[in-house]
Parts: sequence; C-alpha cells; structure tokens
Amino acid sequence: MSAVSETPAPAYRGGSRSWRKLRSHRSALVGFVIVAFFVTVALLAPVLPIADPAATSWSAVRKAPSAEYLLGTDEIGRDIFSRMIWGARASLIAGVISVLLAVALGVPFGLVAGYFGGWIDQVVSRVTDALLAMPFLILAVALAAFLGPSLTNAMIAIGLAAMPIFVRLTRGQVLSVKTEDYVEGARAIGLTHFAIMLRYILPNVFAPVLVQATLTIATAIILEAALSFLGLGQQPPAPSWGSMLNVAKNFLTQAPWMAWWPGAAIFLVVLGFNLLGDGLRDALDPKET
Amino acid sequence: MLSFILRRLAIAVPTLILVSVFVFTLQKLLPGDPALILAGEDRDPAAIEFVREKYHLNEPIITQYAYWVQGVVQGDMGVSLRTNQPVLTLIGDKLPVTIQLAAMALIIAFVIGVPAGILSAVKKGTAIDYAANIVALSGLSIPNFWLGIMLILLVSVQLGWLPASGYESPFVDPLRSLETMIMPAFVLGTALAATLMRHTRSAMLGVLKADYVRTARAKGIREVPVILKHAFRNALLPIVTLTALLFGELLGGAVLTEQIFTIPGFGKLIVDAVFTRDYAVVQGVVLCAAAGVILVNLVADVLYFVVNPRMRASL
Amino acid sequence: MHKLLLAALLAGSAVASPLLTQSAAAADLRIGLQEDPDVLDPDQSRTFVGRIVYTSLCDKLVDITPELKIIPQLATGWKWSADGLTLTMDLREGVTFHDGTPFNAEAVVANIERSKNMPESRRKSEVKSIESVTASGPYQVEMTLAAPDATLLAQLADRAGMMVSPTAAAAAGADFGNKPICSGPFKFVERIQQDRIVLEKFTDYWNADAFHFDKVTFLPIPDTTVRLANLRSGDLDMLERLAAPDAAGVKSDANLQYAEAVSLGYQGITINVGNGDRAKNPFGEDARLRQALELSIDREALNQVVFEGVFAAGNQPFPPTSPWYDKDVPVPARDVEKAKALMKEAGFESFDLEVQVANNPVQTQVMQVVQAMAAEAGFNISLKSMEFATLLQEQTAGNYQASQVGWSGRVDPDGNIHQFMTCKGGINDSKYCNPEVDKLLDAARTSTDEADRKAKYDAAREILAKDLPIIYLYHQTWIWALDEKVEGFVAYPDGMIRLENVKFKS
Repeated sequence: MSAVSETPAPAYRGGSRSWRKLRSHRSALVGFVIVAFFVTVALLAPVLPIADPAATSWSAVRKAPSAEYLLGTDEIGRDIFSRMIWGARASLIAGVISVLLAVALGVPFGLVAGYFGGWIDQVVSRVTDALLAMPFLILAVALAAFLGPSLTNAMIAIGLAAMPIFVRLTRGQVLSVKTEDYVEGARAIGLTHFAIMLRYILPNVFAPVLVQATLTIATAIILEAALSFLGLGQQPPAPSWGSMLNVAKNFLTQAPWMAWWPGAAIFLVVLGFNLLGDGLRDALDPKET
Repeated sequence: MLSFILRRLAIAVPTLILVSVFVFTLQKLLPGDPALILAGEDRDPAAIEFVREKYHLNEPIITQYAYWVQGVVQGDMGVSLRTNQPVLTLIGDKLPVTIQLAAMALIIAFVIGVPAGILSAVKKGTAIDYAANIVALSGLSIPNFWLGIMLILLVSVQLGWLPASGYESPFVDPLRSLETMIMPAFVLGTALAATLMRHTRSAMLGVLKADYVRTARAKGIREVPVILKHAFRNALLPIVTLTALLFGELLGGAVLTEQIFTIPGFGKLIVDAVFTRDYAVVQGVVLCAAAGVILVNLVADVLYFVVNPRMRASL
Repeated sequence: MHKLLLAALLAGSAVASPLLTQSAAAADLRIGLQEDPDVLDPDQSRTFVGRIVYTSLCDKLVDITPELKIIPQLATGWKWSADGLTLTMDLREGVTFHDGTPFNAEAVVANIERSKNMPESRRKSEVKSIESVTASGPYQVEMTLAAPDATLLAQLADRAGMMVSPTAAAAAGADFGNKPICSGPFKFVERIQQDRIVLEKFTDYWNADAFHFDKVTFLPIPDTTVRLANLRSGDLDMLERLAAPDAAGVKSDANLQYAEAVSLGYQGITINVGNGDRAKNPFGEDARLRQALELSIDREALNQVVFEGVFAAGNQPFPPTSPWYDKDVPVPARDVEKAKALMKEAGFESFDLEVQVANNPVQTQVMQVVQAMAAEAGFNISLKSMEFATLLQEQTAGNYQASQVGWSGRVDPDGNIHQFMTCKGGINDSKYCNPEVDKLLDAARTSTDEADRKAKYDAAREILAKDLPIIYLYHQTWIWALDEKVEGFVAYPDGMIRLENVKFKS
C-alpha cells in the first residue's frame, strides 16, 4: 500500500512527451509486459486449450506437477493450471473494478469538497478522516462480512475502503489549482461551477489519480486475495488465487504446490502493477528528468 | 504550537464519533444473529431470548448505540459476548502483543530499509540502485499471508528451526518470545522495509543536493561521513514522520500476520470477533485502533512542525 | 543504562530458564486445541472445545466409558424408582471443590437449580425433565421427574452434571466463567483469550494419584498444519482434531503416536421440507428427488477423497460404531441409473438445487465433491457459501432449499434424532413433521428398556430413510496425535481428553 502523495502535480499536458518517457522507462516497460501478459491470459481463458477448471477427478487428487498436470492437481482432483488461468480473471477483475468504484466515488466527492469548501468540505473531510482512521484491511474485512462472502461484495468492500484515498488526493489537487488564474478567469466569464470543474479542474486531477489508481490496483489485488484467503471473497467452485491459497494452507505438507502457484502469481501481477505505476509517476512528473 | 495541537485534538473527537457510528451501523447490519450463535448447538429459544434481552439486541439501533456510548463515557466498553470477559481487559491483554510485533517489525524494517535506501540514493542510477529498487518493489508486491505460510512451511515444518505459532511475553521468557515473534515480525516488516527504503531514498536524494552537503564535500570531508553525518541526519526526520504515517498500515498488516502465526494480538481479536459476531469487541477494538491512528498521525504532524521552521512560521 | 538493562535481561533469563527446565521435568502437559473455548462456565458454555477443558477442570455426577456405558464419578451409585419418576443418587464423600467448599448433597441441589434457573443457563433444556431435586441425606440426592426420561443420566454425564463450587457460583453469578471453580483433578490458573488456558494439579482431588501432571496448558491453534508443526517441534505434547490428510504422516512418524475414535455426531444435508415458502418446490415436496440425490452420492468415495478414508461413511443419525446403528441397513451403494430413474419418475430430466454450506475449506470441499457426483445424475447443484452464523440464521428462518450442516452428537441416541425429527423439535429446521415418527421417538425417550428403545429407533429410521429430511453423509472421526513420550491415553467417542493415568514415559 503506497503512501498517498499529496503534493500537487501540475496539469496533464504534453501527453506525447510523457508517453515517450514511459516507453524509455525500462522497469515500467517490464511492468507493462507482465500486466499485459496476465490480462491476455485472463481474456483468452475461455478459448485456451485447457482443462475445465471445475472438472474433478477422484483418481487424481493432490497430484504433484507432471506432464499431464503441469502445475499439479488440487484437493478434489482439479487441474491447477487451468484454475490459475481462470483465477487470473477473478483477480484482475477484482483489482480493476474495485479501483474503478473507488475512483468513481472518491473523485467526485473530492472535487466537490475541494471546490466548494465550507461545510461540504468539513463533512466530506471528517467522513474521510474517519474512514482513513480505520485500518484498510480491518475496514474491508468488516465490510465484506457485512455484505456476505462473494467476489462482488469483496470488490465493493475494497472499493469503499480505497475510496478515501481518492477523496483526499482529488481534494488536495483541487485546492492547489482552484486559485489559479485560469480558474478565476473562467469564473469571471460566468461559467457554471459544473463546467469549471469539468473543463479546468478535472484535467489537473487526471494524472495523479491515474498513478494512484494503478498503484491501488496492486493493493486491491492483494486485498482481494487476502479476503478470499479469509474466506470472504470468491466462493467455490469458481477459482480465485486467494481462495486457492485458503484451501492450500490445509495441505501445506501433503501438497505444497497448491500454495506455490497462486502466491507466485499474485506476487507477479502485483509487481507488474507497481512497476507500471512507478513508471507512470515518473513519466507524468515534469520535475524528474 | 499548542493551539495547533488543540485544534487537531478537537477535530479528532468528531472523527472518533463518526468511526463509532460507522462501526456500530455496519455491524448491526451484519447478517447472522449473535443470539443464535450464543445460544449454542441446541438453540434453546429461552436462551436466545435471554441473550437478546441482556445485550439489548432486540431494541432499535439508536437505543443500542446510546447504551454503548453511556458505557464508554463511564470507561466501560461492555463484555465479549463470546467469553464474558470485559472488552477493556481483552484490549489490555492484546495490545502489548501487537505492539511488540509492530515494534519488532519496525526494527527489522529500519535495519533493512534505511541502509538500502541510503545506498540506493548514493549510488543513484547504478546497478545497485536498480537492484535495490527491484527488491523493494518485490517486498511491496509479495502478499504477506503467502510469505507467512511459505516461511512456516520452510522454517518450521521442513527445517524445524522456529516454532510455527505461539506467543510468550518477553518479560516471562525473552528468548522464547524472540523465537516466536521473529518470523511474524519479518513477514510484517518486509512491506514496511520496502516502503522505508523508498522513503529513505527520496529523502536522501533531496538532501544530497542541498548546499550544506556540497559545502561539506567541498571542504574535503570524506564521502562516508558526509553521507552519514550531514546528509542522513537531515533526511532522518522526514523518514521518521513518514514512518509514523504507516502505523495504520502496520495495524492492518498485523491482522493477517497474527491470523497466520496464531498470535493472540489485536488483529486476531478483531477478525475472530467479526466472524463470531462479537459486537462489543469489534466496536472496542476498531475505536481503539482508530484512536491510535489519529494519535500517531498527530504526533507525526507535531514532529514535523517542530523541526520544520518554515511550517512553524506559517502558524 | 544499556548495561543495566542487559544485566536485568540476563538475570531474568537466568532465573527463567532453570525454572523452565524444572517445570518440564515436573510434568507439564501442553495440549493443542482447534478453537478457543467460549465462556468457561459449565452452565453457560456451548462449544465442544470448552468441554475438553472441563474434562480436566470439572467433575461430573457420572461419566461414560469408551463404550458409552454410564459409570460413577461424583455419584457413586444411583437407582431409578419403579415408575421411572425418581432418581436417587449416592454421592462420593470427602470431595472438596478447588476453593475448599465441601461437596455434598446441598452442593448438588444448588448446581441443578443453577442449571435450571440461572437466566444465563444454556442447560435448561437438558435438565428440563427434573421437576425438583432434594437432599435426602448429607450425601444422597433425589431427583423427581415429571415424566420418565431415559436420557437424563447421559445429560448428567456432560455439562449439566458438572458440579461447580456453590460458594463461588453464588459470589460470581454470571461472571463465574472468568474464574471457574469446580472439583476436577486440575484447578484453574489463568486464561488469556485466544492464547492459552492454564490449569494446575489439585492436590486434594479425591483420585489425585491417578493424575500425573502438575500443569496442563491448553493452546488454541486453529490452523491444522501449524498445530501439527508445533507437536513435531515439541512445543505441544498432544493435539486434538488432527486433519485427516495428516493421519498417514503421523502414523508413520516414529516420534508420534496416533489415536482415533469415531465421533457420536454426523454431517449431512438438511433439506427444507416444510419450513416456509422455500420448502414449496419439488425437492422439498417430492421425496423421490431427495432419494435420487442420496443415490447419486458415493459416500465411501467422498470419505476417501476428502478424509483419506479416516472418517466413517454414514447413512443414519448414529455412526456405524454405535450400538444404536441399524446394521440391517448399511450405507447404500451409489446407483446413478436408479437416481436418474427416480428423477424421471418425479418428472425431471435434470434438477437445479441450491445448497448452502459454511465457508470453511473442509465443508466446502465435501460439498464440491457431492456437487460433482450429483451432477452425473442430473443435479445442477449451486453452492451458496456463507459464514456459519448466517447459515444458521437462514436455516432457522427457512430461507434455504438444502443446507450442509452437522451435529456434534450426544451420548444418548435421543439427542441425535428427537429434536430434529419431531414436529415440535427445537432444532427441526427442515420442519419435517410425521405423527408416526413423533410417536415412536417420544416413546423411545421414556422407555428404559434398551431393546425396546432400539426397536423404536429402527422403526423411525425406516420411515426417515424414505422421507429423507436429512441425508446423512459421514461421521467425523476424532483424531489425536501425541508425542511418543506420552502414555496411557485412551480415545473416547465423545472426543474428550481424559488425563486419568496419562503420563510421560519415565
């Protein structure tokens, strides 16, 4: 979970320069490749020539990796390789959707609070403070338990728990640009608040939110896995990496491979998003050369 | 200064009230009737009714909240529905455990993260810098519950070097305490070490460009003392304050770590309480955690103010 | 400052370590539990794991043998009146509670009344049949019943028969569980929730010579792998509920011992046949569909896949090892063709069924195997995973079609069947109701003739096997793993750990 950067970043201008910088950023490229690989695999899961992830075989329970079962089989004889691929879908979807939710809720609240100030800001800030004061995971566990265990509810829980980060980030950005000349100018020519926010303020928020969102996807994927690991995420027989780990921990000595792959995959995908996020931050930050 | 602290404390009160309202509402909405669980396997209707009455479970949420606030104001956070033990006693039992875990994790994080950060900043752009960065990012990316079970598998099950679980107070048996805590503290410390390394690196980069460092170098002072005495000393403060801000993250991480290593601390208390619908415990623990986070943030801010003359002037 | 601290630490460890080695030599037993017990008051507690602690902490009026015969503990003898309405018990003399309060007839009266009347008591239904209890002598009590109750003695062999110090109970009231005082072989020292419960030897125990440990520590460690790792490393001396897949590894380990006993309880699929609107579907209304589901399941294979064959496949409320099991009706073989035929008879080619299951990995695994097996007969089972708390609530409210749930089991057969299958049964969540079954089960509970009781249970079971409000799947086997140095441990089907005559090899 990366710390929130509250330093105001300047407006998103000169996209092509950023893009060039990003492309020459080696680690960002590595991150992009990793993420792209998993996304492709997840998208292609239905058409790949792999076993049915739910097909059980009583004669092949907890078999070690072999030519027949590349990554071995699980506690009821399902092919781990194909469950890993299908599990990628769950993890990526969970990461992306929950962050989209957090952005969709957090950015408007932050915009409004920062732009209007006054009591609206007070209310939004206090609620944000309260949410941030509760440790992220504790909040997510409580929310997931309240909503009932399912992948959808885990995504909602993560999204809500991650929302305050985006409220704060957006609010900080808005505060730093709302006194700029061009915003004052827009106000002077009588543009509506909505138009000003949309046209002049939102673009300034875009870059830092994009960076934060990429990094939060990494966090969200770990969190989904953690919730599934506690039994609060994806429910069987549908696979997700976290729930595979949850089961695997009961067979550590008999079938350690059940725990190897999901953990390694979570690690890789999260690393990919972190690399990409770091690269984006460097590319979009004009101070760095 | 004082007015700043007072103002921050004044803001903390409504924040805590909001936290309590939020937690209270949330758990009253949790599915699963605690009375039903508490009545036991036989689910005797009389017992269920009794539990509902005793803990005011059949009254409106607002009334329940009023009862709770009334208690908290008098220093009574209620009793655990599961074991009848007072919530305050439980918190008193568990807090030292988690503090020990967190402290050890912090030490490990400092020992790994700070030197790595300094090295990486000094050798900016070299292979060492890249390698340190990759390692740090890996530390951030590794799911700590997975790292935990893998370590148990390797160190405890395969090699039999360290106990896989358990807890002993350092005041009873320091060696045993260290033995049981070192692995969980390492697991909790990895992500922290990574964050610290990155903080240290950027703080050091800032300081290394500063005039006094250049002056020191110009005076012909050797590189190592320059780095440690002049640069690092000045970079330390932002590192410390940023670390304080990681407190909440540390508490959150402790939840999973304690679950995996069966450590009877705060994190395990809350997860178990959520699963058994032990309302009073959930409330008490979250409120305490939130108060802790707010307090630590306040201390960090004050620290920052005290040493940063520019900000002090703006008061 | 630093030196001082170091010196203090060294001094501390110097004091601590000889103490430790000494206490290890002085027989200190460490037991790993699967869960943290709830409140430690025999009248208030409700968990299985709590009873394991009580076995060392609190004596009962009577106990059981591994064969489930009732034997004396605090009561040395008892007799029923001819009409079965009065139970007279003679009590052991010279017994004291841990606080020095003498154990006598007055203490028994106070205890039974506490179980019956304390508002917090969860024993009320177990001692409901006792109308009054009086001291008929200093060491004799008389319990008067409203109606004959064949199950009473078995109840008194469990928590309802546990004797707590009346002085301590009166003083502590509902908070008794924070410092329980009983009369068992070990007395309470301390409890740290989710960490440990420590007991030490009660030197004035009436049978103190049979107990060889100075200190017993119970450590709740929920993770089975971690629990076993702790046993292997010597941090534990024994553990309960070893995971079935670990059984083979323990058996082949020369440093460990293995013990098992088939439990008294069962796991099955409870079906909503009359509990509200959700019973109104073909599965709740047509027994042929339920029979088809049962026939589609290969219970032996289920036991093999999930439990490595260590548990016992089952088809009745009592395990095959129980004297109450009807041996004429063994576990039926899987018959997919017949299942399909029954389904067709009921008018279906395939059938969609929703089964709720507690979201723990083992129960989930069980239901996934069932799901795969049933699919071959045309059942499309969707699993609804939920926390146990929610599962119970949905089940009580009738908001379910079928539910995978179990029962920990009782010594008396009545406890495994009456409250589930009679129309007004307290935990009859399927709301199954058949006057014929009610008549048989009510009669079986009042009869004192074992053969007569068995005949009635067999008759009821025959009806139930056709109506199938519960499809029984398997019976858990309690598995203990012990360090090689422990000797004298006896496995009981109630899953308790009795430390009588258990000791370290010298």
